[in-house]
Amino acid sequence: MAAQPILKKAGTALAAPVAWLAALIDPPLRGLQKATGLNGMAAFFLAPNMAIFGIFVLFPLVINFAYSMTGGSALFLEQRTYVGTEQYERLLTCGNYLDKQSCTEDLFWNAAGNTAVFVLFQVALMTVFAMITALILNRELRGRGFWRAVFFFPVLLSPVVVGLIWRWILQRQGLLNYLLHQVGMEPVLWLTDRFWAFAAAIMVSVWAHMGFYALILLAGLQAIPKDLYEAAEMDGTRPARVFWRITLPLLMPNLIVVVVLALIRAVQIFDEVYVLTGGGPGTSTMFLTQYIYEIGFAQLIRNPGLAAAASILMGAVLVVLTLLQLAASRRSQNAGGGK
Amino acid sequence: MTRVAAFLLRRRGGKGWHWTDVFTWMWLIGGVVLMFGPAVWLAGSSFKSPAALAEFPPSILPYVTAEATVEGYEKPLPLYRVAGEDGETRILAQVRRIGIVAQMVDPKAPGEIVKVNIADRTPVREISFATENYTEPFLHFDFFLYLRNSLFVTLMATLITLVTNSMAAFALSKYQFRGRSFVMLLILATLMVPLSVILVPLYSIISAMGLFNSLWGVILPTVATPTGVFLLRQYMLTIPDELIDAARMDRASEWQIYWRIVLPLTAPALAVLAIFSVVWRWNDFLWPLIVLSRKELYTLQVGLNTYAGELNVQWHYILAMTVVTMLPVVLVFVFLQRFITTGIAGSGLK
Amino acid sequence: MGRITLDGIAKAYGSVDVLGDIDLKIDDGELVVFVGPSGCGKSTLLRLIAGLDKPTAGEIRIDGAVVNRVPAADRGLAMVFQSYALYPHMSVRGNMAFGLENSHMPRKEIEARIAEAARMLEIGPYLDRRPGQLSGGQRQRVAIGRAIVRNPTAFLLDEPLSNLDAELRVTMRAELAALHARLKTTMIYVTHDQVEAMTLADRIVVLRAGRIEQVDTPLNLFNKPANLFVAGFIGAPNMNFFPGTVDAALPDGLSVSFLDGQSAPVKADPGVAAAASGALTLGIRPQHLHLAQEGEPQFPVTVTLVEALGAETVVHGVTGGGARVLAVLPGQPEIAKGDAVALSYKRDLLHAFDGDGIRLAGN
Repeated sequence: MAAQPILKKAGTALAAPVAWLAALIDPPLRGLQKATGLNGMAAFFLAPNMAIFGIFVLFPLVINFAYSMTGGSALFLEQRTYVGTEQYERLLTCGNYLDKQSCTEDLFWNAAGNTAVFVLFQVALMTVFAMITALILNRELRGRGFWRAVFFFPVLLSPVVVGLIWRWILQRQGLLNYLLHQVGMEPVLWLTDRFWAFAAAIMVSVWAHMGFYALILLAGLQAIPKDLYEAAEMDGTRPARVFWRITLPLLMPNLIVVVVLALIRAVQIFDEVYVLTGGGPGTSTMFLTQYIYEIGFAQLIRNPGLAAAASILMGAVLVVLTLLQLAASRRSQNAGGGK
Repeated sequence: MTRVAAFLLRRRGGKGWHWTDVFTWMWLIGGVVLMFGPAVWLAGSSFKSPAALAEFPPSILPYVTAEATVEGYEKPLPLYRVAGEDGETRILAQVRRIGIVAQMVDPKAPGEIVKVNIADRTPVREISFATENYTEPFLHFDFFLYLRNSLFVTLMATLITLVTNSMAAFALSKYQFRGRSFVMLLILATLMVPLSVILVPLYSIISAMGLFNSLWGVILPTVATPTGVFLLRQYMLTIPDELIDAARMDRASEWQIYWRIVLPLTAPALAVLAIFSVVWRWNDFLWPLIVLSRKELYTLQVGLNTYAGELNVQWHYILAMTVVTMLPVVLVFVFLQRFITTGIAGSGLK
Repeated sequence: MGRITLDGIAKAYGSVDVLGDIDLKIDDGELVVFVGPSGCGKSTLLRLIAGLDKPTAGEIRIDGAVVNRVPAADRGLAMVFQSYALYPHMSVRGNMAFGLENSHMPRKEIEARIAEAARMLEIGPYLDRRPGQLSGGQRQRVAIGRAIVRNPTAFLLDEPLSNLDAELRVTMRAELAALHARLKTTMIYVTHDQVEAMTLADRIVVLRAGRIEQVDTPLNLFNKPANLFVAGFIGAPNMNFFPGTVDAALPDGLSVSFLDGQSAPVKADPGVAAAASGALTLGIRPQHLHLAQEGEPQFPVTVTLVEALGAETVVHGVTGGGARVLAVLPGQPEIAKGDAVALSYKRDLLHAFDGDGIRLAGN
C-alpha cells in the first residue's frame, strides 16, 4: 500500500524524540515499580485514562441528575436551587397527549415526536439499503475493494461537510432542481417545505451513514461458511430460499447489531441536520439533541436544568437500546455456541 | 473502452446475464454517482465565481464572461459575441445596458458606440478557476486560524488518545489485579453515555476548570475513548504473555515492557485507532460549538457552520472552505481506506 | 555458582492447589529435568524459580540466599520459553542485546557476548534477521543464545524442544547436552517427553498432581521406580502390572504369586519383607518378557495385535485370566494376531508395589 512507506517515515522521524522522552522517565518509573510492585504499575498505567474518564464522563453523568433537579439559569451547581422533579413535570405534562400544542413544553414534544418519526424511517431505510449493498458487495465482483470503498466514502465526511454539500445541492437553484427541470418537472423547495425538509434530513443521514452499516453486514456475510451455499446448491435450493433460510438467519447477529447501533445513533441525530436545515423550516426538523442544545446553550436565557432533564430522558432511551443490544448479542452468541 | 467494459462485465463461466447481474451493476454505478457525485459537484462549484454560482441552469465547468480592457474605459468590459445584420459575428465589449439595448464598443476601434439589442448578443465565456475563493478566506477571514485550531485539536487529541488508551489497554490485558473486571465494566458502561447526554454537566465542569473557550476544553473530554481502549486491549490480548515474561527475565522494567515490547507489537491496532481518532476529532462539531465562543478559537467545522449560517451566505467562500475541510478526510480515504474498512469489519468500530 | 534450593514450596491459585510440599536441592552445574504429565505443575514450578510467579508457601534459595521477594529480573537466571518468546519486532541481535542493554552493559561488551554466542550456536549469518524470517530450529538457537549472553547463574528451559519436528528435536537435544557439558552451568529443564528427560538429565524430578514422586538419576528411575506412577511413567512402552499376593517372607525378600499360579521371589529389605502381606502389584517391563523356552516359568497369552518395528516387535496380548500384556521382543519373531504364545520373564527384573502403590521390592 502506498501509505505505508509514508507512515513509516513519519514514524521514524517522530520516534527519536519520543524514545528519548520514554527513556527519560524510565528510571523514576523503575523506582515506582520497586515501591509499589506490579499492582502499583497496573494502577499507574490505568491512571491517565481513568482520570479522564472519571472527570469528563462519569462525574458529569452523576451530576447530570443533580442538574435535572435544579432550576434557574446559573451554570454552577452550587448556585442553583433545588426544584425536585419540576423540570421533568414541565417536560412531560400535557393537557392532551395527542396534541403537542397542549403540552407545557411543546417544543420538547415536537422534538421528541420528530425524533421518533426520524428514527423509524431513517433506520428502516438505512438497514434495507445497507443490506442490499452488502449483498451486492458480497457477490464475486471485480475490484470489490473499490466498490466497497465507494459506499464508505460519505461515512468519513464530517457532518458539517455533509450538511453543506446537500444544502448546496438541495437549494432552490441547486443541482437537484436543475435535474428535475431537465426532465420537465417542477422545482421543489427541498429545504423550506416542511415535508421535503424532513424527507431530506432522512435521506441525507442515510446517505452519510449507510456505508458503515453495509460494511458490518458485509463482514457478517463473509463469515458465513461457503460450503453452506455449496450444499444448498447441491440440493437445488432456489436463491430466494437460500437467502431466507441460510443467509438471513446466519446474518441475524450482525443485523441486530446494525439495527441497534443505527437506532442509538439516530436518536442522537443532530450535526448534519442542524447544518442542513437549522431545525427548520420552523421547528419541523428539530430533534432532541438540538432541543437540548437550544435550551441549554443557544437561547438567550439558558435553562441547564431543563436541558439536563431532557438529556436524561434521552439517555434512558439509549440505555434501554444498549441493553437490548447486549441481550441480543448474548443470545446470538449462545445460539452460535454450538459451533 | 469496449475492451475495458468487456473485462469488467465478463461473467464467470461465460454464462448469460441474469437480472441480478443487471441490478448489481445498476446499484454499483448508481452508487458511484450518488456517493461521489455530491462531493465532486461541490468541489467543482467551489471554483466558480459568485456570478457563475448564481446562474441557473448551472454549468458543469467554472465559466466566466471574458473581459477586455478598452482604451478610454477604466474598468475591464465584458465581451459579447454579436451577430451583425450581414450575418457576420463580431466580438464587442459592452459599456452599459439600458433596457433591452446594450451600448457596445469594438475593442479595436474604441471610439464608436454601437447599439445592440440584447437578444442579439451572447457572452463570450471562458473557463476560469476562481482560486480567490480559496485564498481570500485565508487571507481576509479567520480561516487560517480555524485550520490551525483544527490541526491542533486533531493532533493533540489523537496523540493523547493513543498514549492513554494504550496504557489502559496494557494494564487491562497484561496484569491480573483485583477490580480489573470492574474497570472493564465501567469502561463498557461509558459506551452508553454519548456526549449529547452529558452536555450540561460537562460544560459546567469545563467552565469550572477554566477550559471554556480553550482548545484543551475541546480536546480533553474526547480522548478517553472506550472504543479505543477495547480495540487496543483486544489486540494486546493476542500478544503472548511469554513475551512479557521473557522481557521481565531480561530485566526490563514494566514501563519498558509497555514501551519497547507491547507498543511496537500493537502498531497495527494503533494505526487504526490513530486514523479513526484523526477523522473523529477533525469532524467533531457539537462539542466545539459549545465550548468555543470566541471566533479566533473556532475549529474549521464550527467556523464553516457560522459562515454558512449568516444571512447573506457567501457560497463561493463556503464551498471552497468546505473542500478544504473535506480534504484531509479525502486523503485519509484515498490512502488508508483499506485500513479503515478492514478495521471496521474486524471490530465494529466507529 | 548456581545452587538452587526449594524448601516446602507450595502454590495455589485461589482455592486450587497447584503445587505442594516441594523440597529439592539442585547442585551447581547440575542438569535437572522436571518431567510429568501435562498439568502436573512442572512449568509452574519453573516459573516460581524464575520469579515470574510467587509461591504461596516455602522458600526458594539461590546460592543460599532466599529470593522469594527478589523480582525475576534480579535473580540472575535466564529462561528459554516453549514458544521461544523472541521479540518479533527486533532483529536477532536486538533480541540478544535487549536484556544486556537493560542492565546498562557497555556496548562493546554486548557486542562481544553476542559474537561469542553467535559463534557457539552458529547463528552468525542471521544476526540481522527478524525472528519471523527464521526456521523453527534457528529460532530455538536464538532463544538459547539470548539466554547464554546473559551469563546466568542458571538456565531455566520450559519445554524448549516441543515446537520442533521429531528429527530436529533429536539434533537439538544432542546440542543442548553438548552445550551443558561445555558451559557447566546449572540447568533446569522442563519436559513431558521422557526420552528427553532420560537422555539429558543428571537427575530427573518426576512430578504428578503438584507433588514430587521421585528424584533420582535416569537409570535409577528406570531400575528402581519408587512407586507405581513412576514405574508406569518412565519407560516405553509402559510397564505391565499384574495383581499378585505375598506368599511368604524370604530371608532377603518375598515370595510372590501372580498370574494364575506363577510364583517368583523378589528382593526386599528384611524389615519391609516381614511387614508385607496380602495383595500387591507386580510389575514387569515389556522389554523383560520373552518367548518362553522349554522349562522356564511361563504363562500363555493370546496375541491381539502385533506391531513389527523391524528391530523389535511389540506384541499385545491377553492372558487366560484376562490381564492385558505388552511384550517387546527382539527381532522379527513369526507371530500373528490370534496366535497363542507362551511368555516368560526374567525373574531378577521384577518390581513389586504394595497396596498404596509404594515400591516394596525389586531386583
